[in-house]
Amino acid sequence: METYPLLEKEKLKELYRKMLEIRRFEDTVFELFGKNLIPGTIHLYAGEEAVAVGVCANLRKDDYITSTHRGHGHCIAKGAQLKRIMAEIFGKKTGYCKGKGGSMHIADFSVGMLGATAVVGAGIPIATGAGLSIKLRGTDQAAACFFGDGASNQGTFHEGINLAATWSLPVIYVCENNLYAMGTSQSAVMRIKDVADRASSYGIPGVTVDGNDVLAVYNAANEAIKRARAGKGPTLLECKTYRRRGHSRFDPATYRPEEEAEAWLKRDPLPRFRTQLLETAALTLEEITRVEEAVSAAVEAAVQFAMESPYPTPEEALDDVYA
Amino acid sequence: MSTLEADAMREITYCDALREALREEMLRDDRVFLLGEDVGKHWHGAFKVSRGLAEEFGEERVRDTPISESAIVGAAIGAAITGMRPIAEIMFGDLSTLAMDQIANQAAKIRYMFGGQTAVPMVVRMPFGAGASVAAHHSQSLEAWFMHVPGLLVAVPSTPYDAKGLLKTAIRNDNPVMFFEHKLLYGMKGSVPEDEYLVPFGEADVKRSGKDVTIVATLFMVHKALAAAEALAKDGVSVEVIDPRTLTPLDTETIVNSVKKTGRVVIVTEGCRTAGVGAEVAAILAEEAIDYLDAPIKRVAEPDTPIPFSPVLENFVIPDEKKIIKAVKDVL
Repeated sequence: METYPLLEKEKLKELYRKMLEIRRFEDTVFELFGKNLIPGTIHLYAGEEAVAVGVCANLRKDDYITSTHRGHGHCIAKGAQLKRIMAEIFGKKTGYCKGKGGSMHIADFSVGMLGATAVVGAGIPIATGAGLSIKLRGTDQAAACFFGDGASNQGTFHEGINLAATWSLPVIYVCENNLYAMGTSQSAVMRIKDVADRASSYGIPGVTVDGNDVLAVYNAANEAIKRARAGKGPTLLECKTYRRRGHSRFDPATYRPEEEAEAWLKRDPLPRFRTQLLETAALTLEEITRVEEAVSAAVEAAVQFAMESPYPTPEEALDDVYA
Repeated sequence: MSTLEADAMREITYCDALREALREEMLRDDRVFLLGEDVGKHWHGAFKVSRGLAEEFGEERVRDTPISESAIVGAAIGAAITGMRPIAEIMFGDLSTLAMDQIANQAAKIRYMFGGQTAVPMVVRMPFGAGASVAAHHSQSLEAWFMHVPGLLVAVPSTPYDAKGLLKTAIRNDNPVMFFEHKLLYGMKGSVPEDEYLVPFGEADVKRSGKDVTIVATLFMVHKALAAAEALAKDGVSVEVIDPRTLTPLDTETIVNSVKKTGRVVIVTEGCRTAGVGAEVAAILAEEAIDYLDAPIKRVAEPDTPIPFSPVLENFVIPDEKKIIKAVKDVL
C-alpha cells in the first residue's frame, strides 16, 4: 500500500462518508428507477466516487465545479443536499431545479456547483470562464471541471484548456477516464493511453492517477489546486476509474470484457478505502459503522423527502426562461 | 425618442456609437469586459469597434483570444454566471455556428434548466450581413436562428442612435443578448445625443409615418425601405416604416396597430426567405390582424441560396429599393 501525507482523522472520515453517500445514493436511485419511480434515464456515478470526493475535499464552498450527465456524485461531493438532488431526479418542485433539469442537469449555485451539462465536453469552456471571472475579480478561488475520456475528444476540450493555459487561469481539468465513451472503448478512438499526455500541447502539467484510490486523487488534486490558487495556471488531472454499471440504466455493458470488468471491480474504491482505514487504524470499526448508519439514514430521508414532495404545477414550465 | 427626432444633435457613425456604448458601460461597471479575436490594441476588432478600449482599460478587460469561438462564448458564460458581465465579439456572425452549442444549449438554457438559480448576463456582438462581396462565409443574416431559441434576446439596430442605446441596454440586461451589427452600417452617420440614454428592448421605432401601407424592416433594410418610401411618396403613396429594433422581445403591438391602420404590409429583411424573420412577423399578423388586411402579406427577403461572391450575383439576391417598391405596388 502506498503511503501518503497523513490526513487528519476527521478529514479521512469525511472522505469515506462522502464516497459512501454517493454509493448508497446511486444504488438507491438504481432501485427506484427499476420501480418506475424516476422518469427518463439515469447515468450513475457508482464506481467513480473517489474522483469527485478526492477532488472536492480540496475545495472550499466558494470554489466552483462544473459537471456532466453523470453528475450526482459531483453534486454530493461539493456539498449539495441529498434530499434536493433526489427530489430533482424525481422531477419534483422541491428539487434543485424545480423539476426542470432532472438527473442530467443539476446545479446548486449556493455551494459553487455551477451545473451539469448533458452535452459532452460543453462544461469545459464554461469552467474556463469561471476561472477567468476569478482572475478578473482577483480572489483566491479555484474551479474544478469534471468530464470524461469521451469529452477529451471534443473541440471544447482543446479550446477551453488552451485558453485557460494561455491566461494562467485557476482551473483544474479533471478527466474521469472510465475507459468507455458510452460503449466505445478508449483504444478505438485515441492512439494514446493517458489523456493526461495531451496536457503537454497546452504547456501545462498533466498528471495521471489511480482514480479508484481516493487518497491518490486527493493528493494530486491538492497540488493542482494549490498551483491554481497561486496563479500558476491549470493542470490536467486524469483519474483512471471504472463504472460499476453500464453507461445508463438500460445498458448491461456487455461490450466490456469480463476479465477487465472483474479486475476493475476488485479495485472498487469503497471497500478498498474502508480496508485501508481499518488496516492503518485511522478509524475504528465502530466509527466506520457509525458513518455507515448515518449515511443509510440520510439516503433514506432523501428518498422520503422526494417521494412526499409535490410535483410542480404544469404552468411552471413557462417560468425561468428569462431573468 | 426616435432617431428622426434627434436631428438637432451631433452626428457620429454607427461604429463610434457602439464604441461609446462599450466605453460608457465599462466606465460605469467594473464587471463589464470584452473578449474576442483581435479586439485588443493590435487590431481593435475587425471593424475597429473597440479602437482605444484596450489602451484605456488595459488588456485584462479587453482580451484578445485564440481563434476558438466555443471557448470565447463558453468563457463568457462561465464568467457571467460567476459575477461578471462579459461582452464577447464573434468576428463575423457566420462564425457563431462554431459556438452554437455554447449559445443555444448552454447560454440560452442555463437559467431555465437550473430552475432560475442563476442568470447569464452577457452580450455576443456579431458583424454580419451581405453586400460587401465577401461571399458565403462572411455575409449571412442569421437572426432568425436565434429568435427560435428561448432564453436568448436578439437586438438588431439600424441607426447609430439605436446601436448605442440598444447596446447599453444589452450590457445591463441579465439575459444573453445576441447583438447583430450590420457591416454596411458601421460607417453610416446619424444623430446621437451627448447625454446618456438607453433604448429599451421590445419597443419598435416608427422610422417614417404613413397611412397606405406598412413596411416592417430591420437593420440595413430599414434604410432601403426608407428610400423606397421616399420614392413612393412622389407617386402619392404614403408608407409607414417600422423598425422592430429587437426581434426578441418583438413589439408585436406596434406592428399590428400599424397594419390595422394601413391594411397592407410588406416585410423586408435580409436572410433567406424560408422560416425567416418575415415568416414569423407574417404569422403574427395572420393571427392578430387578418381581418384588417386588404391585401395578402408580402415578404421581401433573400432567396434560399447562400450569399454569392460576384457583385452581379450578390446584388441579385439582396433585397433592394426596386424590389421593395414592386412589393408595395403589388399590395396596393
